[in-house]
Amino acid sequence: MFELLTEKISEVFRKLGNKGKLTEKDVDEALRQVRLALLEADVNLKVVKEFTARVRERCLIGEVLESLTPAQHVVKIVNEELVAILGGKQTHLTPAGHPPSRLMLVGLQGGGKTTTAAKLALHLRRSGQQPLLVAADTRRPAAIDQLKVLGKQLDIPVHAEDPKMSPANICNNALKRAKELASSWIIVDTQGRLHIDEVLMGEMEDVKKALQPTEVILVVDAMTGQEAVRVAEAFNARVGLTGLILTKMDGDARGGAALSIKSVTGVPIKFMGVGEKVDALEPYHPDRLASRILGMGDMLTLIEKAEAVMDEDRAKEVQKKIRTATFNLEDFLEQLQQVKKMGTMGQIMDMIPGLSSLTKKLPEGVDESQVKKVEAIVYSMTPQERQHPELIDGSRRRRIAKGSGTTPQDINQLLNQFRQAQKLMKQLDAGKGRGLLSKLK
Amino acid sequence: MFKIFRRRKTEEAVKRSKDTWFSKISRLFERDTLDQDTWDQLEELLISADVGLVTTEKLIHKLRRRVDKEKITQPEQAREVLKEEIVAILNPDGRSTGQSYPRIVLIVGVNGSGKTTTIAKLARSYKEDGRAVLLAAADTFRAAAIDQLKWWGDKVGVDVISHQAGADPGAVVFDAIQAAKHRQIDVIIVDTAGRLHTKFNLMEELKKVKRVAQRVDAAIPQQTLLVLDATTGQNGLSQARHFTEAVNVDGIVLTKLDGTAKGGIVLAISDQMNIPIEYIGTGEQVDDLAPFEPRDFVEAVLS
Ligand SMILES: Nc1nc2c(ncn2[C@@H]2O[C@H](COP(=O)(O)OP(=O)(O)OP(=O)(O)O)[C@@H](O)[C@H]2O)c(=O)[nH]1
Ligand SMILES: [Mg+2]
Repeated sequence: MFELLTEKISEVFRKLGNKGKLTEKDVDEALRQVRLALLEADVNLKVVKEFTARVRERCLIGEVLESLTPAQHVVKIVNEELVAILGGKQTHLTPAGHPPSRLMLVGLQGGGKTTTAAKLALHLRRSGQQPLLVAADTRRPAAIDQLKVLGKQLDIPVHAEDPKMSPANICNNALKRAKELASSWIIVDTQGRLHIDEVLMGEMEDVKKALQPTEVILVVDAMTGQEAVRVAEAFNARVGLTGLILTKMDGDARGGAALSIKSVTGVPIKFMGVGEKVDALEPYHPDRLASRILGMGDMLTLIEKAEAVMDEDRAKEVQKKIRTATFNLEDFLEQLQQVKKMGTMGQIMDMIPGLSSLTKKLPEGVDESQVKKVEAIVYSMTPQERQHPELIDGSRRRRIAKGSGTTPQDINQLLNQFRQAQKLMKQLDAGKGRGLLSKLK
Repeated sequence: MFKIFRRRKTEEAVKRSKDTWFSKISRLFERDTLDQDTWDQLEELLISADVGLVTTEKLIHKLRRRVDKEKITQPEQAREVLKEEIVAILNPDGRSTGQSYPRIVLIVGVNGSGKTTTIAKLARSYKEDGRAVLLAAADTFRAAAIDQLKWWGDKVGVDVISHQAGADPGAVVFDAIQAAKHRQIDVIIVDTAGRLHTKFNLMEELKKVKRVAQRVDAAIPQQTLLVLDATTGQNGLSQARHFTEAVNVDGIVLTKLDGTAKGGIVLAISDQMNIPIEYIGTGEQVDDLAPFEPRDFVEAVLS
């Protein structure tokens, strides 16, 4: 999963020349790449420093210095260390000894608390619980309405009161309501607040006192930058966090904030929000987040997305073709069309290791027009040409170009892309990818 | 009077930043000599402010070159040069959207960045300037988004054109423009649903909203403002890129500057994409908005 970073670090080692044994300085040079990757992912600078120091120590023990493949070794250590921080404790929600269990969501403004409250309620109901949602954000206009609408959609009860009531009082009443409804979980949506807002931080403490929650969850936007640690520390100090939920992970944010928070506070990450729909909540996978932070593409996510749009049999077939190297231009076209359904090309390619650097070269508006062009070209080929593109010589190329209203250069470009895809797929199948592809049920 | 109030708020917010981050930068230059340690620390401070490695390195490189060339030895002077360089980055050439009326202001951004609140603030500010304002509730997707905008519309005293939840956002904009024509409206501000910039379909939808506005009346100039949360890290660049590709962002509104985040990502965006910052948001109330003035801003925080 870490081809790109491995590549970059190999490059560093290559540049350093072939002088036999690696030195401390060589390792430091390579670690600069690691530092870069982490900073680009918004990992807190202090955390980056500590992290690279630890990795450095492990790299200098000898194993790496004497290794024939030092770059791979460095990346392996980086990955292990990352997963060690990101993993750890189990990530389930902890129920209370006596029901109802009580969960409160806290965080900055705009992080996604209200949506997450609804998602959690649905998640709990699906695992056999009786959730009650509580609208304790009395401040943001229409926040109560928002939760009510979501509750109605899900057919999950929502306890809401006049916004003039204090959130702590609302929680007291919600506890009574939970008893009446025999709810097993109470999920409280609180208003967003700045960690430096004394008044509102105090009010949050009051809510905690009233609710006596079993879970206090900080909702963090995956796009958060360097301030994440300070924010998390402030919330943790006031209400004692029991978990984190990282939201908006369906975008292209690397989510380094989670690593920073986890390593500074030790608070475990429990879920990830991956969409606006109420069922877009995923259990948390440390290894996936690690690969994402390193910018190494997230093949698992890609494969899951592919699964969602491709039907299973077809997916299996394609997989077999890849394995037997009979993957042809028709399949390529179909893949492209499928891929288009999953999102923009750039987005997809970002998820494929080694291809993310390519996305920068893609011209604007590549999606529609590119796929249309490929369609036109492939349809202008004979079936034989589609199966065996190596047959396409100069005169065939001109014919196809004419037939598809493109240029011979376009044909060349497509064939190049096709060969790259073929190569990539073979690599995936042959190497570390086997495990991944076999996950395609 | 409100303007003065606004300015005070901005100063307060800026001051808070100043007390932490910028004061550290300032202090950096209070020592006797300029050495490698100065540059290393400056680098760390800029990165900690989300400026990003690329722009940070570029800024320091420029600063050091000028320090060498102009034979600067006084840290004090170096600080002045740094100020100039930051202002230069924040003052991208041209791309002004003009000040003609009527106009349509399209507010876009990722989920939760502060779009709807910013609209209330903008509406208030236009009203103060004597402009007739109409709001279009084109976020028909998020639960209760329409109610939220209406609440603000009431509060500020401007009308809101809205359809049912789930309606076509383009149709809302269409109606708003038609209504505006009859009512002699100067500014139509369009609230759009928050969307992650990587979502193909949602970005297409946004393009469509823009096209609709153009089709109804191509003569009305449009201004597209990207609302960016100051706590955003390096992903802000990707947001700016994608939204610009889709709907050609004219300016940025940087919100939540009342927190401790410095919004340094706008430096990277200005530097790498030439998009100016138009306003800053410094709180949750309608007064908490100020036009962004690069020089004043940098002066205030670095002096
Ligand atoms: N502290 C602070 N909070 C802000 C600022 N601007 C907006 N907010 C808060 O951020 C939260 C989200 O603001 P909204 O205006 O609803 O954001 P939005 O972009 O319209 O959100 P969606 O429509 O859900 O994507 C609200 O709680 C606002 O009060 C600001 O400048 N400072
Ligand atoms: Mg909104």
